[in-house]
Amino acid sequence: MIERLNKIKSLAVAQIVEVNDFDSLNELKVRTLGRKGEITMLLRGLKDLNGQERIEAGRAANEIKDNLEKLIDAKTAELKARELEHKLKEERIDISLPGLPLPLGGKHPITMIADEIKNIFIGLGFSIAEGPEIESDYYNFEALNMPRNHPARDMQDTFYINEEMLLRTHTSPVQVRTMEKMAPQIPVKIIVPGKVYRKDDDATHSPMFNQVEGLLIDKNITFANLKGTLMLFAQRIFGEEVRVRYRPSFFPFTEPSAEMDISCVQCQGKGCRMCSHTGWLEILGAGMVNPRVLQYGGYDPEKVTGFAFGMGIERIAMLKYGINDLRLFFDNDKRFLKQF
Amino acid sequence: MGVSINWLKEYVDFTWSPEETAHRLTMAGIAIEGVEKNADDSILELDLTPNRGDCLGVINLAREIAALNGTDLHMPEIEMRENQADINDYIKVEIADPDLCPRYTARLIKNITVGPSPQWLQNKLLSCGINPINNIVDITNFVMVESNQPLHAFDYDLLGEANKIVVRRAQAGEKITTLDDVERELEEEMLLITDNGRPIAIAGTMGGQNTEISAKTVNVLLESACFKGTSILKTSKKLSLRSDSSIRFEKGSDINGLIYAVNRAAALMQELGEGEIVAGICDCYPQPKPLLQVVLRPERVNYLLGISLEPAQIKEYIARLKFKYDEEAGNLLVTIPSYRPDIEMEVDLIEEVARLHGYEHIPATLPTGVTTQGGLTLFQQFKDHLKQFIAGTCFEIVNYSFISPRYFDMLLLPAESRMRDTVRVANPLSDEQSVMRTLLLPGMLDTVSRNLARKNNNLAFFEMGTVFYAQGEGLPVEVQKLGAVVAGRLEMNWLKKDINMDFYYLKGVLENLLCSLGIDNLSWLEANDSYYHPGRAAVVMSNGKALGTLGEIHPVVRQSFDIKPRVCAFDLDVANLFALSRQRVMMEQIARYPAVERDLAIVVDQQVKASEAIEIIREQGKDLLQNTVIFDIYAGEQVPAGCKSMAFKMTFQSGDRTLTEAEVAARMDEIMAELKNKIKATLR
Repeated sequence: MIERLNKIKSLAVAQIVEVNDFDSLNELKVRTLGRKGEITMLLRGLKDLNGQERIEAGRAANEIKDNLEKLIDAKTAELKARELEHKLKEERIDISLPGLPLPLGGKHPITMIADEIKNIFIGLGFSIAEGPEIESDYYNFEALNMPRNHPARDMQDTFYINEEMLLRTHTSPVQVRTMEKMAPQIPVKIIVPGKVYRKDDDATHSPMFNQVEGLLIDKNITFANLKGTLMLFAQRIFGEEVRVRYRPSFFPFTEPSAEMDISCVQCQGKGCRMCSHTGWLEILGAGMVNPRVLQYGGYDPEKVTGFAFGMGIERIAMLKYGINDLRLFFDNDKRFLKQF
Repeated sequence: MGVSINWLKEYVDFTWSPEETAHRLTMAGIAIEGVEKNADDSILELDLTPNRGDCLGVINLAREIAALNGTDLHMPEIEMRENQADINDYIKVEIADPDLCPRYTARLIKNITVGPSPQWLQNKLLSCGINPINNIVDITNFVMVESNQPLHAFDYDLLGEANKIVVRRAQAGEKITTLDDVERELEEEMLLITDNGRPIAIAGTMGGQNTEISAKTVNVLLESACFKGTSILKTSKKLSLRSDSSIRFEKGSDINGLIYAVNRAAALMQELGEGEIVAGICDCYPQPKPLLQVVLRPERVNYLLGISLEPAQIKEYIARLKFKYDEEAGNLLVTIPSYRPDIEMEVDLIEEVARLHGYEHIPATLPTGVTTQGGLTLFQQFKDHLKQFIAGTCFEIVNYSFISPRYFDMLLLPAESRMRDTVRVANPLSDEQSVMRTLLLPGMLDTVSRNLARKNNNLAFFEMGTVFYAQGEGLPVEVQKLGAVVAGRLEMNWLKKDINMDFYYLKGVLENLLCSLGIDNLSWLEANDSYYHPGRAAVVMSNGKALGTLGEIHPVVRQSFDIKPRVCAFDLDVANLFALSRQRVMMEQIARYPAVERDLAIVVDQQVKASEAIEIIREQGKDLLQNTVIFDIYAGEQVPAGCKSMAFKMTFQSGDRTLTEAEVAARMDEIMAELKNKIKATLR
């Protein structure tokens, strides 16, 4: 009997090796190990054997059954793996095809630069102040030490609504509005972003553009503080390696006044067309708040001092992003907007 | 204006190269924007700030260099041989309007010979871009450039017999033919030099032809006067006549410097024109102005600049400027020369010290003082969130705040529309930019139109900005708006899942935006704004308050903007959004018991709105109904004509138990019964 069992086994083992599909494997399993399978049928003859023989044959049969079952399980696993492999191969896609075109958008470069500037100063403890775009003559000029007929008004060609109202020519009126609200509290630490308007329209001027203004009023604020603050700002926005310089300048609302230049972002100060071969680019105007402006705002210039600065956002964006034409900002061409 | 280095060297000793001179002056606040080199000279191109008009004069610029390198200034020596006559026998001056002319002086030079100037003089004028004419005119120009004091020469013999100059405002209708051969109509505020009742010059701006120096001139009357800058500026602007003279007066001239100028010119006329100087100056100066004195406190210099200069160093800088000072209790009482009208206060002197010391020698430090929190207000954070959120689906655009009034007709706005209550710009660049926008839409549609013309298809833009409404007196009302506009579809794709950016697309964008703000309880009413398609426009409300509108743009409006594809837009009021937005989030418990889904398809009349059905479902579903979604709308073959079918998927769930089949079925029956009852729905 053991001989016959071994014969069944070797035949089955050979068949298992050859089988290539689930159906045949299953059929083989039923044929060999099933309830009416070859081994079961053979074992019906056990009862005809004597004690010792029966025991040995029984044990051998069980061993063979276990063996075959293991082989069949292994084969099943192998077939499954092969089938999965085949399926995955079939499901291969062209991964170079583009994805589903989900909607796309983005912020305008002016907003991005304004946000960047705001964040730098918020980190220094500044708040954001805002004010109307249509201003009174008083806040736009008079309270900033530019009385009527002041020649400095000529520096800023103004759009008027009427004698008393105008489109603000700078964000500086918000300085006085904020001081009026806060006086005599100190410190006043604000950043003022916003649209401003000047009657000028050519390749380098737009009748509407954006400024950011800064104002710090406190005890013991010095010109050295102005220099330190603006240097930190320049390095944050243009990179640690940027160099700055300050030149005396003139603004009616600050005294002493300064213009800040940065080393040219294109040639790093060696001199190129962008910086007119000077190595320097003018980026902002600043100064110590004029005592008259402090008085207009309700502060005593003997008790507090302050500094103020202002810059054009488009100018910073042009330098930072290499934008060569101011008009692109307000042209709103999708091909331009997509790049930021 | 250009200034010759060689000319400067006549008044001050310096050995700096032209580039170094330019650099040092620039770093001291006298901006030099370029250096032009000739064979034996270099010209500095000045870019002066309005407070330093004095540096248009070569001597004043030389004074700056002397202050920078700490040397002396050499003033030219004036050698006049005056005759025995008395100027007062030849000319009288009356200033009728001293508010516009505080001082007027004149000299008379007799028997001159008019001819070409010597080469050195011609070269000097050419170096600063002035064409030589004849010795007399050239001398007045030379002295003007040298001293910054404009002069004018009249042919004395062409004056009337009274020989009396009257400086007065023009009378209406007066006319003068100026040296450039143009007859000019004068206005009442313009200041004139007159003689015998007729204008002979527009003060400080240009002389008249009637008294012009010519080859025949024998006797020259030299004018050296001080005119009010703002008046000269106004006149020259009105007449569109800016001269070398008016440019200098505009910026303020030196009321004491005019004596030097008139003497210098007279001496040169004597030398170069063989003239004879009549003794004396006719000097009309009704109210002599004392020189200003300003206190400078050394400790204030250090306090404001954040440096520590010794008082001696500060005195040294003031002395270098050639300002005289007295010392009083450790402070300086500085006398401000009249050629520096820009210095009025102590801070102005502090700036002088700072720029001579060099801004680069002031340290850079960060402010100390109390720590401040800084940051954004809730409203500012809200606005940033809006931009951030919508920038996920649309590109931000920025349009001009002023628009053309013709847009209101293009938007079909009725005559009484509030949108036509515009704030007008009194002096616009053009009619196209003459009124302040009352809505964002025109700019957004223009942007769409421009992009389409450039074959940029499939557009989605947003803009956040201010609109302006006129309001009686006082400043106009400024309202913050958020607008978006879409046209075309999501980019073309091979997946054939093209999504049109239509009304429902933009509504989806808007719904997501409002959801992100926690604004719920939305209702959508039909809108009737003229610029929307009458059947495709909505007012979006939350808790009974309007947030804005959404709609497809009216085809006629589209056509006016030259836009072919359909365009949809929304327009929201930012402050209203903020007021209704959720300020605080409280988490709701997530139900742990299983949810049960049920589908329901009904047939209703075509006119029934989805919102009506959903309202009924919500009411009847009560606390167990968590969510209702419309997943199909169909009209066609299997549905009676004039009707449509709507299919809903409802989710029932309870927070405290597992729902039974019977409970859900009961709710579904109630829902269906009410749908039948209220909107005559039948089960499909």
